[in-house]
Amino acid sequence: MTDQTIAAIATALGEAGIGIVRLSGSTALDIADRIFVTRHGIRPSTLPGYSVRYGRVVDPVTNRTIDEAILLVMRAPRSYTGEDVVEFQCHGGVVVVQRVLEAALREGARLAEPGEFTKRAFLNGRIDLSQAEAVMDVVRSRTEASLAVAVDQLEGSLSRRIGAIREHLYDLVVRVEAVIDYPEDDIPEMEMDEMADVIREGIAELDRLIATADQGKVLREGLKAVITGKPNVGKSSLLNRLLDEQRALVTDIPGTTRDTIEEVLNLKGIPLRLIDTAGIRESVDLVERLGVERAVQLLKEADLIIHVLDGSVPLTSEDFQILARTKDKQRVIVINKSDLPRVWNLSDLPGDDLQGAKVVEISLLEGELDPLVDGIVELVTHGMIREGTSSHAIVTRARHKAALEHAKADLEQALATLEQGLPLDLISVGLQGALEHLGEITGETVRENVIERIFAQFCIGK
Amino acid sequence: MERDYEVIVVGAGHAGCEAAYAAARLGCRTLLLTTSLDNIAQMPCNPAIGGPAAKSHLVREIDALGGLMGKIIDNSFLNIRLLNESRGPAVLAIRAQADKVLYRSLMTMALESQPNLDVRQAIVTQLLVEKGAVHGVRTKHGVEFTAPAVILATGTFMRGVLVVGQLRYPGGRQGEPAVEELSQNLEELGIRLARFQSATPPRLHADTVDYDRLTEQPGSPVPLRFSFDSLKEDRLQLPCWYTRTTPKTIEVIRANLHRSPIQSGSVVGHGPRFCPSIDRKVLRFPDKLDHQIFLEPEGRYTKELYCLGLTTAMPEDVQEEIVRSIPGLEKAKIMRPGYAVEYDYIIPSQMQLTLESRVVAGLFTAGQINGTSGYEEAAAQGIMAGINAARKVLGQEPVILRRSQAYIGVLIDDLVTKGTTEPYRMMTSRAEYRLLLRIDNADLRLRPIGRELGLVDENQYQRFEEKRRLIKETITWLNTTKVTPTAAVRAKLQELGSGDLKKSVSLAELLQRPELAFKDLAHFAAFPQLPAEVIEQVEIAVKYAGYVERQERQVAEFQKLEDIRIPENIDYMKIHGLRTEARERLSEVRPINLGQAARISGVSPADVSVLAVVLKDVTRYVS
Repeated sequence: MTDQTIAAIATALGEAGIGIVRLSGSTALDIADRIFVTRHGIRPSTLPGYSVRYGRVVDPVTNRTIDEAILLVMRAPRSYTGEDVVEFQCHGGVVVVQRVLEAALREGARLAEPGEFTKRAFLNGRIDLSQAEAVMDVVRSRTEASLAVAVDQLEGSLSRRIGAIREHLYDLVVRVEAVIDYPEDDIPEMEMDEMADVIREGIAELDRLIATADQGKVLREGLKAVITGKPNVGKSSLLNRLLDEQRALVTDIPGTTRDTIEEVLNLKGIPLRLIDTAGIRESVDLVERLGVERAVQLLKEADLIIHVLDGSVPLTSEDFQILARTKDKQRVIVINKSDLPRVWNLSDLPGDDLQGAKVVEISLLEGELDPLVDGIVELVTHGMIREGTSSHAIVTRARHKAALEHAKADLEQALATLEQGLPLDLISVGLQGALEHLGEITGETVRENVIERIFAQFCIGK
Repeated sequence: MERDYEVIVVGAGHAGCEAAYAAARLGCRTLLLTTSLDNIAQMPCNPAIGGPAAKSHLVREIDALGGLMGKIIDNSFLNIRLLNESRGPAVLAIRAQADKVLYRSLMTMALESQPNLDVRQAIVTQLLVEKGAVHGVRTKHGVEFTAPAVILATGTFMRGVLVVGQLRYPGGRQGEPAVEELSQNLEELGIRLARFQSATPPRLHADTVDYDRLTEQPGSPVPLRFSFDSLKEDRLQLPCWYTRTTPKTIEVIRANLHRSPIQSGSVVGHGPRFCPSIDRKVLRFPDKLDHQIFLEPEGRYTKELYCLGLTTAMPEDVQEEIVRSIPGLEKAKIMRPGYAVEYDYIIPSQMQLTLESRVVAGLFTAGQINGTSGYEEAAAQGIMAGINAARKVLGQEPVILRRSQAYIGVLIDDLVTKGTTEPYRMMTSRAEYRLLLRIDNADLRLRPIGRELGLVDENQYQRFEEKRRLIKETITWLNTTKVTPTAAVRAKLQELGSGDLKKSVSLAELLQRPELAFKDLAHFAAFPQLPAEVIEQVEIAVKYAGYVERQERQVAEFQKLEDIRIPENIDYMKIHGLRTEARERLSEVRPINLGQAARISGVSPADVSVLAVVLKDVTRYVS
């Protein structure tokens, strides 16, 4: 479809020995030249197909080594996709692999769309045509899944802050475009100083957002897993046992409320931020107890829900409420106290609300934790993009960050243009570009919105 | 034989004129039918060409292709001005006030003298259609004319209704009858219609206006022209005039809003938001206490003044009160009242990018009938409909301009692919690649196409080639001529307010400095004599190189999707993986390539991906 070079993490997120970042496209080797240094200074682009070299992946900006890695070169058409393909095999750690990916993106690769390597392989005749419909299914489901996550991700403060920047930029662009397209109408022209201030503020705010969206940090903080369930079903025991048996990375993340306990642990290589809603569980009504907003917000923001049920006492309306509330989420349903006699069956739970959930029966008092750990890992890595990273959330965040960085670059260009005293039509290129990059996050069409807003805002039609 | 043609054009407004001229120039025996030979190329609203930025672009593009509009307005304007001068070359615009009588006469003369073209008065009431293909038209008098291609350019005439206050009566525009039968005929053929409305302000008698209370707007002292072929000589111009409404105006309107058709509901169709009536402005922007009003002459041999900004279909007594509340117009007399017109248009997604109907083969449509507004938008469609109808008859490939190539391409693609919910007007904000689609380079973009088609003659083309050659040579010269930082050069740069020079650079690099103009280069090198239009091109090409290249790269990226063609007979219902909505929208619009498919609302990126996969092996999905 297009030969722009794409990049993605090709291995599942986990404790695997190696993590692979794969690039495919006409500039894959050029990018490799800029971020990979072989011991003997051989440029990757001079290597023949099926070469393997040892060296270092470096950050082209700071020139610092990100990781030692093995470079694999495959040349078109003899590669999986039929294009030039480069793979960096790194030391597995998720943070490192993410940083290698980011370096490639910064050097001009675009984050692969869901299923895009497969699609390219298909388009370049590397996959048999009889698989066409299977390929379409993959493309379809992965695209939709990642879009769904993109929307989920947008709940919360990131979306509010992006929204605020967008509003300021829209104001600017709409005023510029209204003046340009309706030169004879009395639309107040913006002062250049005022415009420069708005752009500078936009750049500063984008900088702050980019810093918080940093992938390494996100990954160090882990996927947000919320433990929920009515009182006394064993939520705290679950947290404690997981913490005892698994390697805890950090405790007491600052800034969290005292009402919840957050712990970060490494579950078979998946950094998990476990949030227990303990401590506020003593009042009567579930909704009151959590405070509607806090509860809803926590469950909404969660990447993963661990819902604990007690198999030894009858189900109550609280259990059903939580089930219904979390049914759109990735869930592990833990039926605890398997050491005691069961008083209800799985079929007592509403089937609709259980879809896609992973159900684990366990005794937190005496049983093995393995089924739970495996359940979580399976859920997190299930349906994930084989040639992408292993979590939609992470892919989405990488996408957001790239969009934010591109938006910032465009605003910087607009500012430089303005400072050189160049006219509005050129300044507007950067402004609109920035809006479009921010629009990529939400999937909106900027051009039409601008026109709508011109008419809403100004009395056009002299 | 006498009633046997190759192309028939119905309607002699701005679309019909360009269509008939283009078809005849391309060698087709062409018939232009109009309800009134006295009203060819009539300007029923503001007698102005250009103005809001992208309209000038359309006129230049029509001219580059070999159309008439630019040449006619260049020979009939009363006042011409440059707009957006400080806002950059991409959005520079020209506005010309036309002598509407002269404009009509010149257009009439151009068409009546055109070989291959018959101009004839008749009201067309029916299309002759057999087996889904048009083969002629029947007139109200029962005469039949035949042709394998028919272009409908009937403007606001189909089931036109004029509205003033509570009064509604049939009419195509003031003083002219509506055409009732054609709408029904189109509906019977399976073409879906909808309603739009538009309105115009009252005209005032020039001698009843107090000019001491108005601000004069003179024409440009520098000669300006639309056409690339026009000579730029000085011409005596008439001024336009400027005033503003008062709180009293708003009071009058508020007091009478219940009598406004927009309030009482006597107008049903959607009107254009960019051209609201004064009553609507007061309603929608209550905080705006005064609105600007321009008074513009309609001709040298008429006292009528167009009253821009005062569009309304209020009852006449209210119109009078409104006019007299305005400084300078206290004693003004209305010669024609403002009114609204409501009319049928064809929902444009039913046509192809060639402007040929998807429902009836050989039927082309252009202008307001396709849901647009404006003379320039109409003429742009007219020339393309004329070209494509003629080429179809002659058995040649259609011509479809790309969005990255011309505003005409943006216009038609928007209509077909996105549709419109109000009369469509072109704006520069609609174009993705605005820096490439400038008025100054419309000839560089489109003249070669006009020449290849046969609309641009040898003389015109030689002048164009000479210009192109000079531009190319001058840019090469700028890139290869070096300036070394001698004391004299550095002193001169300082004098010109430019930064110091440390090492030797090319003239082009110097010109890239925002503070230096082409003429300043004369201080640093032997300077060739060049026409102004060449200097303009060279300056833009060098100064904005970085920005232009960026958009060119984007175009290259954009073009990849445009190059993936979708076969005409693809069956979207059979394609596994497309959502239902996407299937329906794709079946309706029937995009010709993947890029167009991606622009259809209701088609998601995932659908586009699925389509891309399908197109790899499309044979199993075609019917």
